[in-house]
Amino acid sequence: MNQYQVSAAEKKFIGSHILVAILALAVGSLFGPLQAFEHAGWDFYTYLKPWIKSYYQGLTVHGVLNALVWTTFFIMGFLTFNVIFGLKRPLKNPTLNKVGFWMMVVGVLAAAIPILANQATVLFTFYPPLKANWAFYVGLTLVVVGSWVEGWGLFMTYADWRKENKSERTPFVAFGSLVTILLWQICTLGVAVEILTMLLPWSLGLIEGVDPQLARTYFWFTGHPLVYFWLLPAYISWYAMLPKQAGNGKMFSDSLARLAFWIFLVLSTPLGFHHQYVDPGVPPAWKFIHSLLTFGVFFPSMMTAFTVIASLEHAGRKQGGKGIFGWIGKLKWSDPSVTSQLLAGILFFFGGIGGLANASYNVNLVLHNTAFIPGHFHLTVATAVTLSFIGISYWLVPYLTGRKLWQPAWARIQAWVWFVGMIIFSNSMHVLGLLGAPRRVPLGLAPYVPAEWNSRLFQVGLGGAILFVSGIMYLAVMYKTATNKERVESEVIVPIAEAMQDPAKSPVWLDRWAPWIYGTLALIVIVYGPQLVEQIANIALTSPGFRVW
Amino acid sequence: MSAHKMHVDSYERNWMIFSAVLLVVFATAVSVAAFGMGIQVPAPEQRVDPRTVATDPNSPWSNPGLREIAPGKYDAYILARAVPLWEYLPKELTVPAGSSVTFYVTSPDVQHGFKIQDTNANFMVLPGQVSKLTVKFDKAGTYNFICTEFCGAGHGIMYGAITVTP
Repeated sequence: MNQYQVSAAEKKFIGSHILVAILALAVGSLFGPLQAFEHAGWDFYTYLKPWIKSYYQGLTVHGVLNALVWTTFFIMGFLTFNVIFGLKRPLKNPTLNKVGFWMMVVGVLAAAIPILANQATVLFTFYPPLKANWAFYVGLTLVVVGSWVEGWGLFMTYADWRKENKSERTPFVAFGSLVTILLWQICTLGVAVEILTMLLPWSLGLIEGVDPQLARTYFWFTGHPLVYFWLLPAYISWYAMLPKQAGNGKMFSDSLARLAFWIFLVLSTPLGFHHQYVDPGVPPAWKFIHSLLTFGVFFPSMMTAFTVIASLEHAGRKQGGKGIFGWIGKLKWSDPSVTSQLLAGILFFFGGIGGLANASYNVNLVLHNTAFIPGHFHLTVATAVTLSFIGISYWLVPYLTGRKLWQPAWARIQAWVWFVGMIIFSNSMHVLGLLGAPRRVPLGLAPYVPAEWNSRLFQVGLGGAILFVSGIMYLAVMYKTATNKERVESEVIVPIAEAMQDPAKSPVWLDRWAPWIYGTLALIVIVYGPQLVEQIANIALTSPGFRVW
Repeated sequence: MSAHKMHVDSYERNWMIFSAVLLVVFATAVSVAAFGMGIQVPAPEQRVDPRTVATDPNSPWSNPGLREIAPGKYDAYILARAVPLWEYLPKELTVPAGSSVTFYVTSPDVQHGFKIQDTNANFMVLPGQVSKLTVKFDKAGTYNFICTEFCGAGHGIMYGAITVTP
């Protein structure tokens, strides 16, 4: 055994992130199928009335726990692992990282209390002037600031490594993780300003009103890069781990992978107006500019598709795959971690196509806030990201706990069940959206639903039911693994795919931070600056709060 | 500076060129639709005070409804509200086929949406802002307009209808 040894304390610390993440997924995913069942006409919310007052309260629980808590905790845990393992050194200041982690935990609890008390039924976008209890905003703030603090701990660890390794290339898994964290630190300034300057003082009664348009602009400053914060950790695994797992493959292009991450950093923030194409208070010219940049950020995803598939092909051919497609069957589909991530990648292809439609300035007019949107993001965050994280957990949890993965066959089937359930669910949601069905509506009860939607609404429920089965299987596998008496014989080998070309030969500018950071900030100033200045200069804090749920 | 040149495989170079061309084609199509065919998105129209917009007698939304400003041309002032009930005021409009209707929609309370089924009209309604869009109704029939943004417990029942008479 000659892989770098992560200390037991650090494994426990990383594992704590994964534990909170999976607990959040467990509760949050219970509510997912309830929305889907409602659409099909099976309303379970009637029976939940003593605890959960409405469809919308359930939807808030689902969105906050799955989209915000499951993702953020899993990501911070996984990235912390990548930085430690990639740089082969312990955290510089473990206490700082622990402080960050506990801030996040306290934040989740602080937000959970008002959500469960039906005092924060504002969905995960919390658009004002819907006004939640102040504890909800405090909780969100703590989660974000806690993740910053953890990020600083990782940057400090990197800075020490850099001092001792002046001419080395940053190992890829650490590099990708640090770029992701940097992106997160920059983009979350939007919600931080939204909450601290408007929502929190307003919920505490210190100011009378808020400016809903400006709040949306702040929110979407964070809201779209958030997508890349979710996605990039999955990309790290697809680029640098999956090819190894799938058949001892190598990463096809190390330098282009790095370039793709830099482009994500530069482009993922200054395009938030593509969520606000139909907002009344944003000039069309800026919306159009953001739409072009949104197309631009599709480019590194196309690069990723090429490199990942080429790396997988390399793995498949190494296993004896022949012909154009023969290598696909030779990939190690018997490994649940591989199966999950391959299936995640396949559905992401369709998620990407739908995303291009959303990004298309005026095509969006027929899609905005329709069921197409949740249909889309259940392919991206709920499959490309979530199913990949599930796949990562199938090796990471045994690695961290030293316990064998319980019933790998179950784990493998779980991934297939998710894949099938999501195809049914997501396809019907996309079609419903094109027919004009709005999102965030209990369509089982809505008075304007025409009969032609019914078969699709049934499919939404069916897909939800299948996904529910898959979710239960995942939780069972995780629970039985965490309590498994059977231990792994020796430490699980962390799958790291070497690059085909020696990274040391990649251009130095791909390992320089300053120019990319300046470029990112400059582009934000150019593309967001004028509108931010104008909207802030014309701020009208005229909207009092409402609790109408 | 860099002592090493970036290695790019020829297949990958071609793929990147293909990707770039594809995106340029998409962006061009969207631009032609926007500037050539006039399929545009809402633009800033007017700021209002949500606390008084529904009650101030000088505000057109204190008396929401349809106004014919020229033959076949209408302005529709619509209030989208969650209090006391989730509804649009007015809930129903009737215009003859061939009419061009300019919608001016605002909210005195929370955020709403306004999507007219089977048309390209779909926009956010924010308190403090006026959303404006013109729609030409050529075909007779009933067009529901529905709320597409979560606005509280009654969000799912919030809708209205435009009847286009032959």
